Amino acid sequence: MTRVGLIRIAVIVAMIGALELACRLGFINHQTIIAPSEMASALASLLASGAINADIARTLGVVVIVIVLAVVLGFAAGLVIHALPRVREALDPLFATYYAVPIFIFYPVLIAIFGLSPIPILLIGVATAIVAMIIATLNGLDRVPRVLTKVARVHRLGRVATAMTLQLPAAAPYLLTGVKLSVSYGFIAVIAAEFILSPAGLGRDIADAYADFDNRRMYALILFLLIIATIVNAFLHALDMRWAERRAGGRP
Amino acid sequence: MTATRRATDTLVILIVLLAVWQILHRIAGATALPAPLPTMAYLMHTVPSARFAANAATTALEFAFALLLAYAIGLAIGIWMGAHRLSGVVGEPILVALYSLPKITLYPVVLLIFGLGISGKVAFGAMHGILPVALLTMGAIRAIPPVYLRSARTLHLSPWQTIATVLLPAALPEVFTGLRIGFTVTLLGVLLGEMFASKQGLGYMIMNAMSLAQSEEMMTVAIVLFAFAAIANGLLLWIEHRLHRRV
Repeated sequence: MTRVGLIRIAVIVAMIGALELACRLGFINHQTIIAPSEMASALASLLASGAINADIARTLGVVVIVIVLAVVLGFAAGLVIHALPRVREALDPLFATYYAVPIFIFYPVLIAIFGLSPIPILLIGVATAIVAMIIATLNGLDRVPRVLTKVARVHRLGRVATAMTLQLPAAAPYLLTGVKLSVSYGFIAVIAAEFILSPAGLGRDIADAYADFDNRRMYALILFLLIIATIVNAFLHALDMRWAERRAGGRP
Repeated sequence: MTATRRATDTLVILIVLLAVWQILHRIAGATALPAPLPTMAYLMHTVPSARFAANAATTALEFAFALLLAYAIGLAIGIWMGAHRLSGVVGEPILVALYSLPKITLYPVVLLIFGLGISGKVAFGAMHGILPVALLTMGAIRAIPPVYLRSARTLHLSPWQTIATVLLPAALPEVFTGLRIGFTVTLLGVLLGEMFASKQGLGYMIMNAMSLAQSEEMMTVAIVLFAFAAIANGLLLWIEHRLHRRV
């Protein structure tokens, strides 16, 4: 462990410790925030009771479907758009604005159309995540060395074969950035949608626990989601760091 | 030439979006999704109404306060972490980790601390904006050539003078990128806040319209927000490009 890493851990431990102390000594009202140790024990008993297993499966299932759809469809759309330079140019203003407008505001509209089911959540998740993947795909394909496409032509590879055996691996380090963003955006959109309005799921659980003044349950669920998000992000970050060298090398 | 072409492209995109909307309307039916034209008619007489103005004013007020807080706190953290090497190296991964968390999970905590009024939404909006502003400001200041700082020291500038006359002007283009992204996510944060346990604002208006099955109203609010966000972003992007060219 480096010195910087040690300091970082010390800072985090100190912050959690300060919160713990403030809660235990009564500086922070128990009805506002409960002590971190209490959150952890509440989470442990909640997980052991199995009461949230169905919601965990549901939420993570939706998140996984959203990510898979966004990544696969985003890559496919990126391939098509990349092959049509004029379309790509035309779509440029859309891409530049897409993440600047609050797309999430469409979630209630989707509920009005599809009813209160997992479909609006799925759609808002894919809508939030897919454009990051399309942009990353375009970026990656721009950096596929010319020689590779020539090789594909020499070997008379078809469009799909070229995409799968040459373009995909060559653009992979850039695609990973897109995957990373898609995972992050998809996760955030699904949780937000569940929290605002949904028939079930972990986001809904948090909203319910808040409405019931059930702080132990609420903080246990919040802690659980934050831990999951941190683990996933840390994993993707580590993967990205590894691939960054390949990107820097400019070799596929 | 390129400007007119870009304008044409934007127009084509808008027309395609309207066509998609019309088709979706045919599939979903008028109660779930009204057609573009009736929605526009509804928009024309709703937006000038006092009810809309009151909700828009609430959102504007919350957004303004949230943005002010996000910028002030974000810039302070960014400048500190950019100028103080160790703090930056220690803090950056923590900020990045916080940035990619689903902040909505923390909204109940914000509500418990700040209450259900305006301050809760301001705090939640600011929470979204602080991190990108801080991260990009830090990056911008770190990227300043060390010779600038050495000149500042040679001229015996005070820390404040160094920040105001050397650090900020040199880092401005990238800092501005942070401010632009901060603008976007703070708006999203405020709207998300209004969509949950709120009785005022445009986010509340959309949720209320949904529960009353008033699709025209939903689309109207969404369009107004989209237009505002898109125009503001276009303007900020334009300034940003000019700043980048200047350096």
